[in-house]
Amino acid sequence: MGIPGQEHLWDKEVKGHRTYNDIRIFTDEQLKNYTEEELKNFKPKHDTPMLDELEKGPWPSFVSDIKREALHRKKLAQDDMMIPRDVADDLLGQVELSYVEKETHWKHGGIVGVLGYGGGVVGRYSDQQAKFPGVAHFHTYRINQPGGKFYTTDWLRGFCDICEYRGSGITNMHGSTGDMVILGTTSDQLEPIFFDLTHDLGVDIGGSGGNLRTPSDCLGKARCEFACFDTMDMCYDMTMTYQDELHRPAFPYKFKFKFDGCPNGCVASIARSDCAFIGTWKDDIRINQEAVKEYIAGKIPRNGGEMTGRDWGAFNIQEEVIERCPTQCMNWDGNKISINNGECTRCMHCIDVMPEALRVGADQGLSLLFGAKAPILEGARLATLVIPFMYAKSPYDNIKAVVRKAIDWWTEEGKNRERIGELINRVGLGTFLDVLGIPAMPQMVKEPRSNAYMFFKESEVPGGWKRDIKDYRKRHPA
Amino acid sequence: MSKGKLGYFNPKKPMENRITDCGPQRYEQFLPPVIRKNYGKWVSHRILEPGLLMHVSETGDKVYTVRCGGARTMSVEHIREICDIADKHCGGYVRWTTRNNVEFITDSEEKAKALKKDLDARKFPAGSHKFPIGGTGFGITGIVHTQGWIHCHCPATDASGVVKSTADVLFEHFTDMKLPAKLRIALACCLNMCGAVHCSDIAILGYHRKPPIVDDKMIGGACEIPLVIAACPLYAIKPVTTPEGKKSVSVNYDKCMFCGNCYTMCAAMPLADSEGDCINILVGGKISNRITKPKFSKIVVAALPNNPPRWPEVTDTVKKIVDVYASDAKKYERIGDWTERIGWEKFFEKTGLPFTWHVIDDYRLAYDTLRTSTQFKFTEQAWAVSKTVGGI
Repeated sequence: MGIPGQEHLWDKEVKGHRTYNDIRIFTDEQLKNYTEEELKNFKPKHDTPMLDELEKGPWPSFVSDIKREALHRKKLAQDDMMIPRDVADDLLGQVELSYVEKETHWKHGGIVGVLGYGGGVVGRYSDQQAKFPGVAHFHTYRINQPGGKFYTTDWLRGFCDICEYRGSGITNMHGSTGDMVILGTTSDQLEPIFFDLTHDLGVDIGGSGGNLRTPSDCLGKARCEFACFDTMDMCYDMTMTYQDELHRPAFPYKFKFKFDGCPNGCVASIARSDCAFIGTWKDDIRINQEAVKEYIAGKIPRNGGEMTGRDWGAFNIQEEVIERCPTQCMNWDGNKISINNGECTRCMHCIDVMPEALRVGADQGLSLLFGAKAPILEGARLATLVIPFMYAKSPYDNIKAVVRKAIDWWTEEGKNRERIGELINRVGLGTFLDVLGIPAMPQMVKEPRSNAYMFFKESEVPGGWKRDIKDYRKRHPA
Repeated sequence: MSKGKLGYFNPKKPMENRITDCGPQRYEQFLPPVIRKNYGKWVSHRILEPGLLMHVSETGDKVYTVRCGGARTMSVEHIREICDIADKHCGGYVRWTTRNNVEFITDSEEKAKALKKDLDARKFPAGSHKFPIGGTGFGITGIVHTQGWIHCHCPATDASGVVKSTADVLFEHFTDMKLPAKLRIALACCLNMCGAVHCSDIAILGYHRKPPIVDDKMIGGACEIPLVIAACPLYAIKPVTTPEGKKSVSVNYDKCMFCGNCYTMCAAMPLADSEGDCINILVGGKISNRITKPKFSKIVVAALPNNPPRWPEVTDTVKKIVDVYASDAKKYERIGDWTERIGWEKFFEKTGLPFTWHVIDDYRLAYDTLRTSTQFKFTEQAWAVSKTVGGI
């Protein structure tokens, strides 16, 4: 997978790995081309009194940051940048104009991209090209972020160089879906960027439009004891399996995979993905009774030390854990904690409160939910629980088979710009269960229907639906 | 990497040496050695102080992570500084979180403390922190957001500026952990919600309030008229022929809810308007399954002024909600859990926010949100209704 034989191209632990120096564009002198003093006294091209207000206050100022980029570009030779030098300056100028006029100055759309792909680049043009020529063409380039958003500085510096040499030098780290984003480049740079990304950085671009959007994950087993499956491995595997769908739009609308290692949901899959993979377990919560006592004795701070900013009084296990359990399946007898695991819905509260005493179960897998999305068109949706539990082991063939059925059906049946959650709502969850070939279960609903209108299939009704009115009239004269 | 206008790309032979479908870089190679060694072996964690996390492995190894905030719009100059820090303190490894925070991972507490000191000292010339430390536990971590006026064609407000203003006002909650539970804020600059803010404790939402203007001259050439008509969820768009005989559409203003889906489909139907565009505030959503189920955010304030550069009406409102929540909620209660316990009438009473007809749902699932019960609490807003009809 990936570029064969290059899975460790950038691995610092592997001999002969690629380094920044192997691919760098800028010299050290070019990178350090201004002093702090110059930055302090720097006068950008446009006056931006309103944006300057956003340099005040403690939170990192994006305005100060863009100014820094403007100075850096100003001191590079024009040969050292393939798009206008003034791009950062003109960006500030145009945004200032929007601050004054309270309307955006970006035009609607524009179809641009790289050969053979139908997504990953979003066209963007200014409607103030005479005033701000640097951002006349300012396309977004989405780049598929690595799992867990872990980076080496070697690789990241390479990304910075290409982003500045062939783009504005301004990024989003990261876009809403998870991509690394180059914010602004021109059409003639799209292919050269793609060439260098794939050849030198070994990375592909992300999704946009009616594509599989760039899948994203929580950091999972890399640094979290709650992760019930290997989110990073599965996200990578699924991203590679669905490369064609990611790059070549064949869907009615966008489709998102997100991988959350546990029900805490750090990557928001349940709210933000058409297909949400959320880790869970099916055996018992693991208990360390000695550690429970240490929590009660105040030797370990509750909730992983996350609430030490205020005096909440002594830890009260009865009030804070036992009575807060949504299913009331726990008991503390003054000496031991016990859990009726058959009643547990794995909400994570007790584990979150006492992570050093309680651990997620050891028989782990994931739940599969479908259909979350933001409001357009039919209103926002959370994902619906469809598959309660599946083991998630590489190469994930069992899970891919389910996902493939869902996507194929939606591609066939979905209307233009209809997300899978909306389609399921339009035709009924029952139809979706038929598509997946799975039986209904009470876990799929909050409650059974109170609305008494309901469908039956002809095959379920004895004798079917074809009847003879003459027979009927024999029994019931008109 | 390549230099020159076309680099290695040869437009005459575009497929020569082309690599496609290679996907992301494989993640293992970007993991710090201590993370690799303990992958899947973690047993517990503890936040030692705001912004400093300790994770413990079954091998006995411990890693110390320093978390700091970041503006998601970030220059490469800033990223290079992050790289310098990571080279100096973390063996050349660094990561980002799902909420735009930057995390530096070290293998000892001493290294982490030295790193904190280094990060603390770095400021922009105008005074803002480059790397504010915090974003952990029961506080407010990075505010996720969309593009706004920096890059988007359909926003009703800016994104980065509103977020910067809000984060400044709530800064003490980023660097401390004194709230009853975690509080997640998100901003989307229009109803498309690229930021998917619909399940946040507090959501800030840019909103258009004027129906689209139809550009009769442009629409025939730029748009598929049947698709535009079909794009409207309220069936407010009809085909018309202009007096000049051109095909165009008309909008039934009474039906329009300003969603902008027509504009997404068709550049000839812009919505943005300096007077009309405003900001709505939503509260009470969450994505975690902890104690209560994930839930949507609810709109509690309609039409705050879109007031750059500092959006004081928005930041005041958000601050007020956070303050009342902080003083009134029980420990472990998210905003949505708190409002459900006290009742929405009490939320409006305690926060002093006006309750207007706009926040009563009238779309597809409106009925599900109406109160079909005599269980309610009396507040001034209830007495006002009784007085209006001469009931008291």
